[in-house]
Amino acid sequence: MEATPRPTSPLRLSRAFWRDERFIQIAVQVLFLALVLWIGSVALRNMFTSLRQQGLALGFDFLNSGAGFDISDALIAYSSSDTFARALQVGLLNTILVSLLGIVLSTILGIVVGVARLSSNWLVNRMAWVFVEIMRNVPLLVLLVFIYTAFFLKLPRARQAVSVGPVYLSNRGVAIPWGEPTDTWSLYVSVFAGALIAGVLVGFAMRWWQERSGRPRPLVWPSLLTIAIIAAVGWIALPQSPLTLSYPEIAGFNFQGGRVLSPEFMALLIGLVIYTAGFIGEVVRAGIQAVPKGQVEAARALGLTPSRTLRLVVFPQALRLIIPPITNQYLNLTKNSTLAVAIGYPDLFAISGTIINQTGRAVEMIAVVMAVYLILSLLTSLIMNWYNRRVRLVER
Amino acid sequence: MSANTPTVSKTAEALPPPTERYSVVRWLHKNLFSTWYNALLTIVMLALAALLVRGVLEWALAQARWEVITANLRLFMVGQYPVMALWRIWACVALLAFLIGMSWGIWGRMQRGGAIAFGALPFILAIITSDESSRLALIITGVAGVIGYALSWRWGAALQRVSIIGWILYFPILFVLVNGFGAEESVLPTVPTNLWGGLLLTLLLTVVGIAFSFPLGVLLALGRQSKLPVVSWLCVAYIELIRGVPFISVLFMAQLMLPLFLPGVTIDRVVRAMAGVVIFSAAYLAENVRGGLQSIPRGQYEAARALGLSSWKMTLLIILPQALRAVIPILVGQFIALFKDTSLVVIVGLLDLMGIARTVLAQPDFLGLQAEVYTFVAFVYGVFCYLMSAFSQRLEATLHAGR
Repeated sequence: MEATPRPTSPLRLSRAFWRDERFIQIAVQVLFLALVLWIGSVALRNMFTSLRQQGLALGFDFLNSGAGFDISDALIAYSSSDTFARALQVGLLNTILVSLLGIVLSTILGIVVGVARLSSNWLVNRMAWVFVEIMRNVPLLVLLVFIYTAFFLKLPRARQAVSVGPVYLSNRGVAIPWGEPTDTWSLYVSVFAGALIAGVLVGFAMRWWQERSGRPRPLVWPSLLTIAIIAAVGWIALPQSPLTLSYPEIAGFNFQGGRVLSPEFMALLIGLVIYTAGFIGEVVRAGIQAVPKGQVEAARALGLTPSRTLRLVVFPQALRLIIPPITNQYLNLTKNSTLAVAIGYPDLFAISGTIINQTGRAVEMIAVVMAVYLILSLLTSLIMNWYNRRVRLVER
Repeated sequence: MSANTPTVSKTAEALPPPTERYSVVRWLHKNLFSTWYNALLTIVMLALAALLVRGVLEWALAQARWEVITANLRLFMVGQYPVMALWRIWACVALLAFLIGMSWGIWGRMQRGGAIAFGALPFILAIITSDESSRLALIITGVAGVIGYALSWRWGAALQRVSIIGWILYFPILFVLVNGFGAEESVLPTVPTNLWGGLLLTLLLTVVGIAFSFPLGVLLALGRQSKLPVVSWLCVAYIELIRGVPFISVLFMAQLMLPLFLPGVTIDRVVRAMAGVVIFSAAYLAENVRGGLQSIPRGQYEAARALGLSSWKMTLLIILPQALRAVIPILVGQFIALFKDTSLVVIVGLLDLMGIARTVLAQPDFLGLQAEVYTFVAFVYGVFCYLMSAFSQRLEATLHAGR
């Protein structure tokens, strides 16, 4: 695709215009564009004709009509008399919830797995290897359906729920203790925000001190301590504690109190987390292994302790290699959360599937779903790219 | 190359360091009990592993009702493919065994142990199986593999071209045999795609996905690298759009919107799913191929130009072979992902391996055996993925050895 060196002007004059490189380039592009536009317009025209035959006109007005179906897990108030648009919001929030929780948990588990793969302990090493191989060689769908049908739905009924401490496992889901906000909750939120600000300020102050004195000062611990102290003092000082813990209890066929996480949600979250952790584990392992051995040896020779070597020398360098592939894994996790439809968790995709079934508005709903996932992907990439710019090697 | 290098360099090469030899106790100490926390970790992990292994073994050997698999094995393998036409599938399998045997004899002579294990597999299965016709078919398959291996062992180099042509021809033959043509009473009556199912459908989706998305992906990658702005923008738009949305939404689009785009033609469900797989996979392959294209040094382009090659010749003869060779392991990884992703067609209602699993679980005799059925399905997927990745590692090693 290199342009050939252009002949000098007298030669060019004698050459027919259709053999001129510039003309060919423009002609090819015009032809290509015309072809793409032609195919697109034929497809669109066909689509409009067949939609007209089915008596459907494109448009998003139907989103304002009543949905008429129930959603089991909703983070915001929703009933079957609400609109389709509201149902989509519920789905979107569920998708975001699962994706965010999944990203955080799979990162933690993935780092553990990656470090375990590098462990000098043979047993730990092999077990991590087996875990990674299983996750990489089994389709996520099989894993999800297995966890859902062969584990969560096989749990005993609520009456005979298995209790692990205050947590109950049953085929109704996982019942966990949950804080119920009291009257002072909104006041406490502002106290906590104040604690966070104070913590950040302390962090900045410690850094300033470190830079002025030229000696290493603890940076993270003082700010965390500040936050903890203010938060604890606020909790105790308020006349009524802002949250009361409510424990789940078996009542009849169901649970009372606490919070019940549905089996669909738990199966989706666990499936996504362990699947993605297998891949993140490999990314982390590759990143750490890519740091030259000489770096570790040099750090040890300078007298750094093993933990400091890891924290100050190995990890920052590994991070640079880890961030781009881990971003891909985050994007995959978000997109894979659409598999919720296979186990009946009402994420955005599952709800738009229901809407398609009810209204026949396939074109609009597919467009909405694709647009939303594109935006989510774009947002994730933007955040990760910003982070990547911060950690990458600054070259002269 | 080796003829030019002086022989001295060979003898002067450093010997490999002596391997450390350990007694069992030393090995245990070094790998499991080197420090107190390592020892603690080992004990905790050992307890965990023992619990896990014991639980799994107890379930698999004593509690699990594997008859759900054995009773439905044909369903899992080929779905509702008519029994009368099963010989066509077996013919494909035997031909595949022949080609694998031949290729193994030509390129994989070093891995004799693997060849023996692989060659013995059909015979072992033939002994295990209780069905007379499958036993015969398995023996034919095994013999075909052995003949292929023996032929190439004798006339290895001469058969190289034959086996490459054989592989290229295999895929059209596969389709003609599986699909058939003509009316009921002809030799190969057409088997409608709604009867294709099980592992057969999963593999067909994978093969079609690879065969069509690979060239499309290469074209997209070349388009993206193109100097022509319109071409490269359109390619970038396609690649980024597809990579930004979930696979299942592309499958849905292919299922629901293709019939709207092409109203006159009726495209059947399997073909629509295949189209979805190709559309999706091409975008990812394009990015992988682009990685390869970017690894080609500028000098290669300049040298090709200096030799007077046209753009097309330069791309086909100089750039692409090197670029693709550089990314073979990544491409195989992508193919494995594609194979795993085909399981999603169950959501649009096809009866692939996962879909068959669902229908089997709905049989009144086998209610509530999800664990057995999905373990089996996971095992089948796992075996195929493992074979593919093992093959890719071998290939990588061979290619590196050539450098």
